Amino acid sequence: MEQPIDRRQFLKLAGLGGAVFASGLAGCAGRTQEAQQEFYFVQMSDSHWGFKGPALNPDAAGTLQKAVAAVNGLEYAPDFIVFTGDLTHITEDPQERRRRLAEFRQIVSGLRNPNLRFMPGEHDASLDHGEAWKAQFGPSHYSFDHKGVHFVALDNVSDPGARLGEEQLGWLKADLEKLDRGAPIVVFTHRPLFDLAPQWDWTTRDGADAIAILMPYANVTVFYGHIHQEHHHMTAHIAHHAAQSLIFPQPVPGSQPKRTPLPWDAAHPYRGLGYRSVEAEDGSLKLTEYPVVRS
Amino acid sequence: MSSGPGRRRLLGALGAAAALAALGGVVRAQSEPKVIRILAKKFEYVPGEITLQRGVPAVLELTADEVTMGFYSPGLGLRAEIVPGRPVRLDVQPAAAGDFEFHCDIFCGEGHEDMSGMFHVV
Repeated sequence: MEQPIDRRQFLKLAGLGGAVFASGLAGCAGRTQEAQQEFYFVQMSDSHWGFKGPALNPDAAGTLQKAVAAVNGLEYAPDFIVFTGDLTHITEDPQERRRRLAEFRQIVSGLRNPNLRFMPGEHDASLDHGEAWKAQFGPSHYSFDHKGVHFVALDNVSDPGARLGEEQLGWLKADLEKLDRGAPIVVFTHRPLFDLAPQWDWTTRDGADAIAILMPYANVTVFYGHIHQEHHHMTAHIAHHAAQSLIFPQPVPGSQPKRTPLPWDAAHPYRGLGYRSVEAEDGSLKLTEYPVVRS
Repeated sequence: MSSGPGRRRLLGALGAAAALAALGGVVRAQSEPKVIRILAKKFEYVPGEITLQRGVPAVLELTADEVTMGFYSPGLGLRAEIVPGRPVRLDVQPAAAGDFEFHCDIFCGEGHEDMSGMFHVV
């Protein structure tokens, strides 16, 4: 059920979370005051269900459930919740992959909000070109409109070489052509579309082609996962925001020779794990980061 | 059969030609780029540490036996897809000294994210 939120109530809610980051869609206020309504959604990412590694997360079998409980505990229900990939952790056993995907879905069915949007990550989809993931969740790239904002989910993981591919790029171009150049657009991906850290495989091989298609549109914001940390980047006027993970944090891009995950901090359990809310209001997006477990 | 000075000159000329040919062979052999064979396997490169000389051309011969693997070194501008049974050769001539990482950029299995190696350019 959609539930409008009062701005003051939302700010109170946001104040309970972490950092607030205003971004995206800025500059389209004049247009969107007419068409875009106030709402917010939640981004959850990289839960890696099935991961085992006590040095990184001794509660790997319980963190996703804590995240579900945390989102259920939000004072105002989001309009929808999007999962930006790596729902499950890699396994080379096709039956185990399907089992993990089903278990993940069962756990997140505990979210009180039934409006869920799913996307694959490379751990879910790269070994079988997305076959098991699509059998569980349906198409891996799609678009939808919500309260004046056009949302696009792109799949840059079902190709094990991290390509969107010409077919999907053609679909993206055609999908956007029906919009005017000032329309507010939000894009969901798993990998970054730009070359964040190619030496760590934090890139999309043909991501520049997608950005070129998006570039003529004045109000575009991209939300992605993959890198297991909050990160903000601009390519010209397009904002890109990476989300925290729900399993273990990764190092700052390029900060060390290898992308070795950050170890569990027993003094600060669950540090670096979280989700975010994104509030669309007055032609802008306001991001608020939340920890999985409040300290 | 003649055994005079004419024959000695002929033999001398032939000897000189042979020596030049041999020398040429040495020169050609020295200018041939070194071929470095690298096997991409689950989930490592063999060898994983490779020393190259700055400014000296070399050839990387990449093979994979199990599944399709990637080979990507952003720092040296090298990239290849290695299909089992189809060796790939890449020319390399590093312009600067330093360490340059390479990794698999085709998701190949459970240990994919740890599959990397290092060029040491001296």
